[in-house]
Amino acid sequence: MGPVLEVRDLTKIYRRRGQSTVTAVDGVSFSLQPGECLGIIGESGSGKSTLVNMITRLTDADSGQIILKGREITRLRGRGLRSVYAEMQMVFQQPADSFDPRRTLGDGIGESLRNSGWSAAAAREESGKLLVQCGLPADFAGRYPHEVSGGQCQRAAIARALAIRPSILLCDEATSALDVTIQQEILDLLGTLRRQMGEEFSILFICHDIALVQQFCDRVLVMYQGKIVEEGIPDTVICSPSHPYTRRLIDSIL
Amino acid sequence: MNQLFSRNPEKGSAQKKRYTIDQMHVCRMHGGRKGDRGGSVKTRLIIFGLLAAFLLLGSVFSAHLVPYDPDLQDLANAKAAPSAAHLLGTDRYGRDMLSRVIAGSRASIFSTLLLVAVITAIGTLIGVFCGWNGKRADAVLMRISDIFLAFPGLVFAMAVAGVLGGGLHNAIVALAAISWPKYARIARSQTLAQRETAYLKAAKLAGSGTAKIIFKHLLPNIIGPILVTSMLDIGTMMMELAGLSFLGLGAKPPTAEWGSMMSDARSLMTTAPWVAFSPGAAIFLSVMVFNLLGDTIRDYADPRSRDF
Repeated sequence: MGPVLEVRDLTKIYRRRGQSTVTAVDGVSFSLQPGECLGIIGESGSGKSTLVNMITRLTDADSGQIILKGREITRLRGRGLRSVYAEMQMVFQQPADSFDPRRTLGDGIGESLRNSGWSAAAAREESGKLLVQCGLPADFAGRYPHEVSGGQCQRAAIARALAIRPSILLCDEATSALDVTIQQEILDLLGTLRRQMGEEFSILFICHDIALVQQFCDRVLVMYQGKIVEEGIPDTVICSPSHPYTRRLIDSIL
Repeated sequence: MNQLFSRNPEKGSAQKKRYTIDQMHVCRMHGGRKGDRGGSVKTRLIIFGLLAAFLLLGSVFSAHLVPYDPDLQDLANAKAAPSAAHLLGTDRYGRDMLSRVIAGSRASIFSTLLLVAVITAIGTLIGVFCGWNGKRADAVLMRISDIFLAFPGLVFAMAVAGVLGGGLHNAIVALAAISWPKYARIARSQTLAQRETAYLKAAKLAGSGTAKIIFKHLLPNIIGPILVTSMLDIGTMMMELAGLSFLGLGAKPPTAEWGSMMSDARSLMTTAPWVAFSPGAAIFLSVMVFNLLGDTIRDYADPRSRDF
């Protein structure tokens, strides 16, 4: 079985009129295997978020290819692009900002289901079940984003991402805005979900905290100035870093 | 008349909000007492809301409220002073002024609300379109709105109404043509501010199409300030519509409309001042009610100002 997601030579260059250009992502290639949890680590400005935004097609890539389950999605638009989101979902960094402030959490969780043809009632029922699966009472579906805590909101965001049963979950700094104990709870939740779904479910875990990556990921990519400078099993990368940036990163923690 | 030509609401509200430190201190000191006197925002909202509703109902049922036929002439009884039979007197053709003022509310209040609804809808749609798409269409439409904003509004409206010819419909079209840019500006800046937010990205990831994202997620989140602006605009628009009618570019006689009634009464100022007084007072009172309602809604929508 081939990789569930493959990225080839992806590049994004931001041009400012009359000024210098910034290469945010510079020829990045990697693949994500079924059931794998792949961590991407790097300092702020290293291009992690741009990379994720290109994979989810929220930003258009300048060159390169994104291949989802053997299908190239780099240039898809409209209906074709919407079908991609049945396979790939994302959890955002700021949980409260990722829900429409004027709609309930349940409405946000059920949105992808309603868009794929579920009735409103069935979607409502399913969002209750998903909330329970993510460790929240089902009646949280009727709450508004500002009525719940950050950790609860992130659980709801995970419930939303899982609603459509995607094969890939992208977590863009999904735990960074939470405090340490809540961070651990969210990681435990993601771990439980992985065990439940096994090979059907891969995670791309973007993070700047190497300890979390070591604890949670099967494999790690280190990004620096838009390039992948190191790749390997977290323990190996931590014990014998080969790139100066990785070394500095590890030194800064120890 | 000065107010008639001032078309820059930001200027007015900015001045209102710019307190000196001393004034803010005074405001805070008197805040509590003001609330005790029943001047809290909620009370004001109820009072002005009821007054506005009263005016609206009056204009809807004006045909049933008039004591006389507003167009019925009675030359034997022309220019009669207010009396028990004619509470506000009669005009130069002996028409009952009270009936004409009540009947005029239909043209004045209804047309104003229609006008404000139209410019709010058009301006918002254009602004959201510009803010969402950006690029060339945005640049072109925004330069057009700059051109409209650069003209003194009512003068431009007079020119448009003059070209289109008189009549209430054309006056509404003329005012709508010059008034949408303000709404487009607000909607555009709100859209730009919201466009990159995570919840809109999340809606896209949920498989919602652009139309769904804009109408179900973006619009409900940006409509607040736009609605406040349109509430504040009702008074201004009412006055401009009456102004156009006064100048003969709006409602045509014998249609009862406050602006044209005032214009009609100009020559009677010395002999029968009540003929000018009643439509003038009607304009004054309804503009004031809608302005105060708009102010109150603005205060209510901004939780920071609820204490004052």
